[in-house]
Amino acid sequence: MSGRLSPRAAAALAVLVLALAMLPWLAGRYPVYLVMHILILAVFSLGFNLLFGYTGLLSFGQAGFFAVGAYACGKILLFVPNLLLGLAGGVATAGVAALVLGILSVRHTRIYFSMLTLAFGMMIYSVAWKWRDVTGGDDGLVGIPRAPLEIPGLFSIGVSAIEGYYYVVLALALVAIVAMHRLVHSPLGLTLQAIRDSETRAEFAGVPVRKYRLVAFTIAGLYAGLAGALLSPLENTVTPPVAHWSTSAEPVLATLLGGIHSFAGPIVGAVLFFVIRDVIVRFTEYWLLVYGVIVVALVMGFPEGVMSMFKKRRTDRGQTPGV
Amino acid sequence: MSLLTVQSITKHFGDFTAVDGLSLTLPAGRLTAVIGPNGAGKTTLINLVTGAVAPDSGAVYLKGEAITRLAVHHRIRKGLSRSFQIMNIFARLTVLQNILLPVLARRGRTAQAFHRWGRETEAIAESRAILREIGLVEVENTPAGVLSHGDQRLLELGIAIAPGPELCFLDEPSSGLTSVERSTVLALVRKISVERRTTFVIVEHDMDAVFALADWIVVLDRGRLLAEGPPAQIRENRAVREVYLGEETA
Repeated sequence: MSGRLSPRAAAALAVLVLALAMLPWLAGRYPVYLVMHILILAVFSLGFNLLFGYTGLLSFGQAGFFAVGAYACGKILLFVPNLLLGLAGGVATAGVAALVLGILSVRHTRIYFSMLTLAFGMMIYSVAWKWRDVTGGDDGLVGIPRAPLEIPGLFSIGVSAIEGYYYVVLALALVAIVAMHRLVHSPLGLTLQAIRDSETRAEFAGVPVRKYRLVAFTIAGLYAGLAGALLSPLENTVTPPVAHWSTSAEPVLATLLGGIHSFAGPIVGAVLFFVIRDVIVRFTEYWLLVYGVIVVALVMGFPEGVMSMFKKRRTDRGQTPGV
Repeated sequence: MSLLTVQSITKHFGDFTAVDGLSLTLPAGRLTAVIGPNGAGKTTLINLVTGAVAPDSGAVYLKGEAITRLAVHHRIRKGLSRSFQIMNIFARLTVLQNILLPVLARRGRTAQAFHRWGRETEAIAESRAILREIGLVEVENTPAGVLSHGDQRLLELGIAIAPGPELCFLDEPSSGLTSVERSTVLALVRKISVERRTTFVIVEHDMDAVFALADWIVVLDRGRLLAEGPPAQIRENRAVREVYLGEETA
């Protein structure tokens, strides 16, 4: 429960990171592109799970902040070709949006919170469609460059090739994963989990519950914003569907597949989400149907997510499962 | 100065008057039991004092300071605490973490996001001391949700005293326990009240336990104060016997 990795897990993780770092040399462009999408969904899902698995708040509107991050980053890059500025701007704008909408949302819990976030998410979707001057309407923003990573006068690194941009996505995703791991095992993480278990008990333990829910909501918004900001230079475009509720469903599904009570659950879920889809689509045009059946089977077979399988093994061996 | 003053407090739920112009004064150091038949307003009184519900009228003072409009967590920081009639613990957290949270909250450490909670060594040592007091230190790494009902009641008592309250309300702390477990919990309450100098107010249905444990008994009936006094005096009070105690003390 302390959050420390066993030597075996640390070694496995080191091998995985090394393999990811060598991927552009070992695999073609498509696997690199696919892994970038997995990493982006993993970041998106980790933020979502801070809210859902750790704080007990189910948001159906995270795509709103994903889109704010994507549009803000895209817009900045179209005016100022500086990737650092674009990504930072995307994350910050999504964070501000989450803070403002969070103030209104975290007054409520359970289904009322979920419906409110869904409504706010769809409001952002409408804005993306209708505010043509800023968002480009149904055309979206096109021609977003993979601008160089630079601090003028200090350094400038070109990342216009997909392999170069891959390292930006990988590095930021790793930083986001490590930061989240640190957060959920910190006193703040413990406080959020206590709120999830019993907000009344937490309040009577001296915790200002609403304030902490807002903190979790804002951090989840920052993660969604980072994921969105990473997507727009990858695709060179942003269109309104990124704000649609079906985009909000992706981290929900990935997290449920991987497991809400395991730190790695959303990451494993993101891998499953894309890998299963990528395999099926090669064999049948009815891939969505088959995909749905597989997802239903996985959710029914592992009600607490695929990671619960490993948790059970560790419990069987007499070890306390990690958070 | 009294520790707690409740002044003409009233609470309606629709047409039902749960607490009706009730006034009370509690000095520090006295173990008080609040008794009364179902619907007398015992739990509502706790809810009003601790901030779980707002009164329609009246005022609550803690050490002379008005706390009527304060948020719950501010009241906890000012020295109030409580347990609940229905079990209320952090079921997925370990026993140690259940105690650690209020300790961290009192120390202002809950917002720390950049180090592991395991590095909060002083808070952990303090939490373990509380677990030793309530006899749960052996199971500190067990998820609280899998403890026996009796141990969960002890844990709830531990969570209630962890904020270091001056005044702690216990709402039926021995509910659902066997007679042996009940004796253990109530003896523990007495011990903690002496050792920590915590003033306890207990709502309890076991009259034998109440009369054996309490220094002072407050009797409520239909949201009003029916009587108050030391156990011997309450036992002899005609109005109390008629309304509530009946055959039990006859």
